[in-house]
Amino acid sequence: MEADAAKLIGAGIACIGMGGAGVGVGVIFGNYLAGALRNPAAAASQFGNLIFGFAVTEALGIFSLVIAFLLLYAV
Amino acid sequence: MAENPIEPIHQFQISNYFTFGTIGGNAETEGVAIAFTNSALFMVLTVVSISSFLIFSTRGRGLVPGRLQLVSEMLYEFVANMVRTSAGSEGMKFFPLVFSLFTFILVANLYGMFPYFFTVTSHVVVTAGLALTVFITVIVYGFWRNGFRFLRLFVPSGIPWYVMWLVVPIEFISFLSRPVSHSLRLFGNMLAGHIVLKVFGGMIVGLGSLGLLGVLGAVAPLAMAVALTGLEFLVAGLQAFVFAVLTCVYINDAIHPGH
Repeated sequence: MEADAAKLIGAGIACIGMGGAGVGVGVIFGNYLAGALRNPAAAASQFGNLIFGFAVTEALGIFSLVIAFLLLYAV
Repeated sequence: MAENPIEPIHQFQISNYFTFGTIGGNAETEGVAIAFTNSALFMVLTVVSISSFLIFSTRGRGLVPGRLQLVSEMLYEFVANMVRTSAGSEGMKFFPLVFSLFTFILVANLYGMFPYFFTVTSHVVVTAGLALTVFITVIVYGFWRNGFRFLRLFVPSGIPWYVMWLVVPIEFISFLSRPVSHSLRLFGNMLAGHIVLKVFGGMIVGLGSLGLLGVLGAVAPLAMAVALTGLEFLVAGLQAFVFAVLTCVYINDAIHPGH
């Protein structure tokens, strides 16, 4: 197999990792929404925690994206 | 790939406007140029915009604020609330740092949204510099304030001793990976967002060149590009906010290292 083709395949495979981050972000926002609908009064105070959890989860998806870019342009 | 006229990576190209000189280099290799680049230009533009806006808007210092002063005060209160809730009132010592980081990233991200403008925060060297500033501040201030009690950060309270040998290395590694995730988050978001915008822009051009049917088909990526531009404005603000919140959380660890 040509090295260029392997690079492209590797970048594509690296993007699978984003699926996990998608699941994680979905869980966070879904649970926040469920909690906010049960107790709307407490929702605003937890917005910071929501964004914090979102950011920490999303970072893992970004890592796989960075690996994909490294394979495409830096290897 | 470099010959492609609608190459989405081209927007991140650094170009030297004027060169002061070169470091290193010898007969075979070229040295590293010390130059005023387009990246530097937009960093200067960002700082000048923020400073001049804040100085101009708070010039009157009226008891009843005018419109611009109100914007400045809201910005101040927004960041101050963020610092107080995440790092406690003691964290207000670091308010200037958090405020500078937040406004710099926010304005740099928003400048990046203009067509043909350079996005400073889409370069990992810039975001890594910002993240390392926070990381080193946390370490230096943590040791300066708490001495060796700062190391209690790695020892969560209330866990049995026989899992300690597993938890402490994990906490240590997670502490070390903070600047990596802190910088890559901002970098990755801005890079990916701008690449996606350009990919959809390239699709519009590519389809439009196919004739009438292609022009009709190009409506879909055009609509997508408009929607994504809106999303990118959200991401620009959100990532500045996230960076500032995480800075506050890390500073909180330096102030109160016990879990």
